[in-house]
Amino acid sequence: MRTLAGVEDEEKWLAEGIAGIQHNAFFMHRALDANNLREVLKYSALMLSELRTSKLSPQKYYDLYMRAFDQLRQLEIFFKDESRHGLPVVDLYELVQHAGNILPRMYLLCTVGSVYIKSKQAPSKDVLKDLVEMCRGVQHPIRGLFLRSYLAQVSRDKLPEIGSDYEGDANTVIDAVEFVLQNFTEMNKLWVRIQHQGPGTVREKQEKERNELRDLVGKNLHVLGQIEGVDLEMYKETVLPRVLEQVVNCKDKLAQYYLMECIIQVFPDEYHLQTLEALLAACTQLMPTVDTKIVLTQLMDRLSNYAASSPDVLHEFLQVEAFAKLSNAIGKVIDTQLEMPIVGAMTLFVSLLTFTLRVHPDRLDYVDQVLGACVVKLSSVPKLEDARAMKQVVALLSAPLEKYSDIVTALTLSNYPRVMDHLDDGTNKVMAMLIIQSIMKNDSCISTADKVEVLFELIKGLIKDLDGTNVEELDEEDFQEEQNSVARLIHMLDNEEPEEMLKIIYVVRKHLMTGGPQRLPFTVPPLVFSAVRLVRQLEAQGGDIAGEDVPATLRKIFQILNQTIEALSSVPCPELALRLYLQCAEAASDCDLEPVAYEFFTQAFILYEEEIADSKAQVTAIHLIVGTLQRINVFGVENRDTLTHKATGYSARLLKKPDQCRAVYACSHLFWVDDPEGIKDGERRALRIANAAQQMVNATRGSSGPVTLFVEILNKYLYFFEKGNPHITPSDIQSLIELINTEMLSDNGNTTIHSDPFFSSTLRYIRFQKQKGGLMGEKYDLIKL
Amino acid sequence: MNYLLGAFKPACNVSITFSDGKNRKQVPMKKENGQTALVPLFHSQDTISGKVCIDPYQGKKVEHNGVKVELLGQIEMYFDRGNFYDFTSLVRELDVPGEIYERKTYPFEFPTVEMPYETYNGVNVRLRYVLKVTVTRGYSGSILEYQELVVRNYAPLPDINNSIKMEVGIEDCLHIEFEYNKSKYHLKDVILGKIYFLLVRIKMKNMDLEIRRRESTGAGANTHVETETLAKFELMDGTPVRGESIPVRLFLAPYDLTPTHRNINNKYSVKYYLNLVLVDEEDRRYFKQQEITLYRLKEDTSS
Repeated sequence: MRTLAGVEDEEKWLAEGIAGIQHNAFFMHRALDANNLREVLKYSALMLSELRTSKLSPQKYYDLYMRAFDQLRQLEIFFKDESRHGLPVVDLYELVQHAGNILPRMYLLCTVGSVYIKSKQAPSKDVLKDLVEMCRGVQHPIRGLFLRSYLAQVSRDKLPEIGSDYEGDANTVIDAVEFVLQNFTEMNKLWVRIQHQGPGTVREKQEKERNELRDLVGKNLHVLGQIEGVDLEMYKETVLPRVLEQVVNCKDKLAQYYLMECIIQVFPDEYHLQTLEALLAACTQLMPTVDTKIVLTQLMDRLSNYAASSPDVLHEFLQVEAFAKLSNAIGKVIDTQLEMPIVGAMTLFVSLLTFTLRVHPDRLDYVDQVLGACVVKLSSVPKLEDARAMKQVVALLSAPLEKYSDIVTALTLSNYPRVMDHLDDGTNKVMAMLIIQSIMKNDSCISTADKVEVLFELIKGLIKDLDGTNVEELDEEDFQEEQNSVARLIHMLDNEEPEEMLKIIYVVRKHLMTGGPQRLPFTVPPLVFSAVRLVRQLEAQGGDIAGEDVPATLRKIFQILNQTIEALSSVPCPELALRLYLQCAEAASDCDLEPVAYEFFTQAFILYEEEIADSKAQVTAIHLIVGTLQRINVFGVENRDTLTHKATGYSARLLKKPDQCRAVYACSHLFWVDDPEGIKDGERRALRIANAAQQMVNATRGSSGPVTLFVEILNKYLYFFEKGNPHITPSDIQSLIELINTEMLSDNGNTTIHSDPFFSSTLRYIRFQKQKGGLMGEKYDLIKL
Repeated sequence: MNYLLGAFKPACNVSITFSDGKNRKQVPMKKENGQTALVPLFHSQDTISGKVCIDPYQGKKVEHNGVKVELLGQIEMYFDRGNFYDFTSLVRELDVPGEIYERKTYPFEFPTVEMPYETYNGVNVRLRYVLKVTVTRGYSGSILEYQELVVRNYAPLPDINNSIKMEVGIEDCLHIEFEYNKSKYHLKDVILGKIYFLLVRIKMKNMDLEIRRRESTGAGANTHVETETLAKFELMDGTPVRGESIPVRLFLAPYDLTPTHRNINNKYSVKYYLNLVLVDEEDRRYFKQQEITLYRLKEDTSS
């Protein structure tokens, strides 16, 4: 009925109760001052009668209780002083039991009882036992709880624990434990019973009120945890079984959850470890509605921390086979609690995994076992859609990465990819990114094809479009970052053994080729460079390796490279492909594979002709081609001629004159390679091209910047002059300088700003060379400024 | 006016003192006017001895036809008021007829008096012992003086003292089993016991243990029965659950109890019952009454 009444009524009742207590306390104090025992007992009983109310909610009742509690402290002081009331405490102990109402009687009895113990006129265990037994008379849940809580409070410092005044001969710590256990059991029963009070319509409110009272019950466990002298043996034999028995038998969701939590928090970790079996057995016996996962999670977290606290304790874990037990228990809990949401199961697995990683870092099989169990659980549900569950799975998968800081370890876990399969695409990508980041962070190298295969299986979310992904939804920036990561990852795949490396490349290529046009521009270059690196390695080791299954011949590698780059054409991405072709060509050249290099150049030229239309791109491409071609020395005369002429031709056909000019004078290098064995066949041609360039400059006259171009050409002249090209004579240079001078005079306008310093420093260089003397000086002396 | 009043006053002051009055224990007794007075305590087989002192008022003489002291054991039924039944009557003649001029003291003695019944003060009946001094006078009425005594008799420890154990209940509603450690208790005893709840389907407010006294007087059709509740002691607050056992510990000392009296002189009986009462939330009472025997145990000299 109480709960149906309004809050105002409750306030009123509380006020009345408080007034009653104060009123009687006043008379009690008067009697105390007069040392009148009879009156003291009378008024204290009356005062305590206020606690007999049934009208208050637990919170309000607590308020009332605290007021009475304060008064009882005064009373206790009076009882302690025999000279004031003139009665031996044993008689007092009887006298207070004459009170007709049980609640005041019990409060008084507890108060005198505490004095009785303190007087040491009776063994404390007897008094305690009597008190805890007599309290049974109060069966009303709230009143009983508070009474027993009072008992617990007044007896707390009087328990016969080891080292206390009350321990000795007949009073042992076991008596203290027994007392607390009994009080705990009774309190819990009362607490559980609250829910059966009142009508069902107010169940929710009741639950809340009950929750407010839980600490009264939990306090007992706290005390148990603090009693000096409860050693492992006693804990194992007495304390835990009794507590667990109560927890399991009370069959109450709220209590079971709270008490398990208490047990885990209150008692030391090493005890938990040694009693793991019992503790876990209890967990599996809890009510199906109890959130066992949190309980287990807390337990495992504590044990994990304990394991992490000191390496000395690890052997204990092994001794008790902690993992097997935990794993079993979790399995059971998941099996029995069918209603547990998937996120719950996942949380459990995460905790177990964390535990495993902390305690048994060396036992990969355990980790795999956990993941395996997780897979089984995940397979039983259609598709993971709960975001929180997903988060847990990510946590689950990240844990080994963090722990082992070496992805290789994770790759050996057979269940790892199977767990990943259950993620949705977005999460899968996140996970894949995590994996890559882990690899990057730890700079770990993946060195076998098998592992690479597994790894790519793991990150396939990044490698290719998964079914049902709407490409348009992808965020451009994210996508780029992802693909860049993949590209970076490819560089981490490395093996000293060329044969294995080739296998890796095969594997990588197989996966990357499935990536589609959007990904290829990101992924192909690292693959190509990776292959090129292998090529160079092979070359350095002296050529082909006769492998068993995959002979790593250079030719073969180049073939792959060719095919790989060709894939880019579908994108299309001609500039990139062109660069790659040139890289390959250079590599092939280094390997003395003329036809291969030639083939690559051909490809590059075709691309240039057919695909590269933008003039700026063309300029860049030409310079690249020229640069590469200049470095390559594998070609025979014929091939070389073809290629150089083509390049020069392209240069000359560029759209803008300055571009043309620059491209052409760059081409001049193709004919004059500064190398002892370099091709110097084209001395004449170099000059001719330089002249052609000069003409082109002339053609640009009128437009901006020809002077700069002249200066640039002058520099080329000087270069070839220095290198000893006989067709560059001092007079040529001289005339060019003069030309520039006149140009500058006639064009004393805008362009000088750029060209002037360039020109003057060029002149300064010439003067410097002159003054320096020596061979070069002599040469330069011929140039007159 | 003083002399006039004096004329109607008794001519002397009669007082009774006991020879061991200073040492004899005195107990409080409720008098008819409601006040309590301390009265000497005797036991059966005690010797009652003392002195009767007759002190005439100044200048008066007391003429009498003899002085005697009587020890009376009386049962008085209230519905039959004024009608005493003396079950014991002993007389000592103290003086032959004569005149008393000055204070005169007479020793008396009733050696080893048989006083089989205890003093009892009930609702409908009273049993009392009294010393009655009579100064017999012919014409102006005898001078009477009474001195009450209290008699208490100790009983030995009973040979057989079984516990009381019983299972009671209301079908499908409440089943309890109670146990009191004895069936016979002395007056300063403590009742220990337990109440087991075997089945609880009602919501209870509390459970009390009552001590009830049943006094029956008269016989046959004239029997009057009076029941009083002397103690109401709360054993339990709230509703227990099945399997709960509630301790009983009731100290008898604070209550005004007498031993059980069975058929005293065919006039009355006093019996005691323990009444276990359960009160449910609708204030319905469920109870079970058990007779217990109370007896007076010889107290230790210390207490």
